Amino acid sequence: MALITRNLPRILNQFQAVQSATPRLLHTTIINNTEAEVSDRPDSRRVCTLIPGDGVGPELVYSVQEVFKAGGVPVDFESYFFSEVNPTLSAPLDTVSKSISKNRVCLKGILATPDYSHTGELQTLNMKLRNALDLYANVVHVKSLPGVRSRHQNIDCVIIREQTEGEYSALEHESVKGVVECLKIVTAAKSQRIAKFAFDYATKNGRKKVTAVHKANIMKLGDGLFLRSCEEMAKLYPKIEFERMIVDNCTMQMVSKPQQFDVMVTPNLYGNIVDNLASGLVGGAGVVAGASYSAECVVFEPGARHTFSEAVGKNVANPTAMMLCSAKLLHHINLPAYGNMIRNAVDKVLKDGKVRTKDIGGQSNTKEFTYAVINNLVPV
Amino acid sequence: MAARLVKKLSSANLSGSRFYSSGVRKCTLIPGDGIGPEISAAVQKIFAAANVPIEWESVDVTPVKGPDGKFGIPQAAIDSVNKNKVGLKGPLMTPVGKGHRSLNLALRKEFNLYANVRPCKSLEGYKTLYDHVDVVTIRENTEGEYSGIEHEIVDGVVQSIKLITEDASRRVAEFAFQYTKENNRRKVTAVHKANIMRMSDGLFLRCCRDTAEKFPDVKFEEKYLDTVCLNMVQDPTQYDVLVMPNLYGDILSDMCAGLVGGLGLTPSGNIGLNGALFESVHGTAPDIAGQDKANPTALLLSAVMMLKYMGLTEHAKKIEQACYDTIKEGKYLTGDLGGKSKCSDFTNEICSKIA
Repeated sequence: MALITRNLPRILNQFQAVQSATPRLLHTTIINNTEAEVSDRPDSRRVCTLIPGDGVGPELVYSVQEVFKAGGVPVDFESYFFSEVNPTLSAPLDTVSKSISKNRVCLKGILATPDYSHTGELQTLNMKLRNALDLYANVVHVKSLPGVRSRHQNIDCVIIREQTEGEYSALEHESVKGVVECLKIVTAAKSQRIAKFAFDYATKNGRKKVTAVHKANIMKLGDGLFLRSCEEMAKLYPKIEFERMIVDNCTMQMVSKPQQFDVMVTPNLYGNIVDNLASGLVGGAGVVAGASYSAECVVFEPGARHTFSEAVGKNVANPTAMMLCSAKLLHHINLPAYGNMIRNAVDKVLKDGKVRTKDIGGQSNTKEFTYAVINNLVPV
Repeated sequence: MAARLVKKLSSANLSGSRFYSSGVRKCTLIPGDGIGPEISAAVQKIFAAANVPIEWESVDVTPVKGPDGKFGIPQAAIDSVNKNKVGLKGPLMTPVGKGHRSLNLALRKEFNLYANVRPCKSLEGYKTLYDHVDVVTIRENTEGEYSGIEHEIVDGVVQSIKLITEDASRRVAEFAFQYTKENNRRKVTAVHKANIMRMSDGLFLRCCRDTAEKFPDVKFEEKYLDTVCLNMVQDPTQYDVLVMPNLYGDILSDMCAGLVGGLGLTPSGNIGLNGALFESVHGTAPDIAGQDKANPTALLLSAVMMLKYMGLTEHAKKIEQACYDTIKEGKYLTGDLGGKSKCSDFTNEICSKIA
């Protein structure tokens, strides 16, 4: 029996290697390294796909790994370098999406999306990954953090963004020279799906209100369809208050009175805008965690997507967002004790305010912050 | 030929302060719906107090059924703006999701108002969470996401077309740089999403880059829309003049207005080929219409922009200062600014400051 348990990971590993037989595979097969532990606690370790991303992504992911190591978190990462700006080093989309659909969870840094593509492609790698896995719902929980100085206090809203259609359809063409048409696609099926997701989320998390963000006064058909889908869905959830708001008004309300928002459901582009805006209100891109859901798997990534490429290697980026992502990930894979451990440690460091990165008004660097978090881990 | 000559003459007239001496000028006034008539009256009163050499020509733009069976702006209103070349407009109602097209959209199309200019400046005396905001958003106003071309391909699948043309992009880019130069500002930021919409926003961005080369003394930078949103709410002082396609402009201009206290305080101007239309962009506020509670600041500052555009700089400065001072002193503020005064009190105070 012991023999089987010991060899099982190896066999599995071989099988996997055969399955994804690509010459330039960068993933480190951590399963091998942890063989001993696996045989000790056969069912307790979980595998999770890891995409460090571009810019400061690798540094942030490294911070998370350090914290995981220090906290004894029973999660192994299957790491892939995945990048659009470094196409030669990047793992193939197939491999990555297969790994994510196998593991069901992924921790992902931000992928840089250049303004052009060498091959003239319109779809970005991010879009391809989202479409391949059908990661239709992006959830960003924006909450004022203790100890982070900002203009607005007590913000607590959740932005749910449809992210497989809309403006991000990558359907563009130049009809005649100097005239470009870009198609925005809105479908009833996907609008209903995201609306249902939003209301389900609100129900499950005990939220009171869902706000649909739209521009149906101008785009009467497209956003009209989205809005109608939300309205119809709202009727099925009588306990949750439903509200509509035009996107420009929404951004204005957001900067003047953000506390009024609870759950927001938005089409693709507006979601991108509101995500970033809201993140700016609570301290910036470095402190807000997010997640993208499909019916099958979840990709945890920072809520405001900025690669912060000017800070690469400078050891100044704020790993808070990535750590909060990892805490959410642990909750998702039913390791809430570990999730809380990391979350509490991050909260404590922020609250103490002695160790802060520059973006939130401190002088410390990424490493110092990471060690501070590690020192504040209260083991489970 | 003759027509062309006349056109040339009139446009030459427009660009300078020459018509200052030519006496009283006519301006079209579209009072609008809801609180529109009250605040228009306030502006007229203040203009009269300042002896501005302008004669108002009030027109109604309630849609009428045209010969083609579609609802549209009455011909009289179109003629008036075309003749006067300048107009001031109060808020108009746009019913959501109903059959006919937005009136604002129709006006923009009709007069080819290609650039929307919205200066957002922190007002002394009205404290918000953000200080020292001073940004100008310049928005392409004729195409982009608001092209109004949409269709349902099959049941439940809608396709909206965002149209970006080189001509329109270049035109607005040139206007932005020209504006920056004329108003002694330092930087133009092109706001785009070319990483996602590589061709359409790419084209817009390219036009901005090309134009930037023609204005070497104006600083130029490119920023993603999401980055601007994120940075704007953290530190708005890092931006100066922003130029962008239609939808982004719509969103960002309202957001910037939110930073300084809302649409009730920010003016707006639409610059076009056949003249210019200045407007207050806030809603019609039907709940307080007719109660003398509305704040005329936005429309007044828009009217001030109009005066500047017409070359009546002195009158513009005088009125602007009176308005700023009144708000700064804080004795006569309307309800939206946390005061208890009526619209007429506020107006009278400005008038007394001018006199």
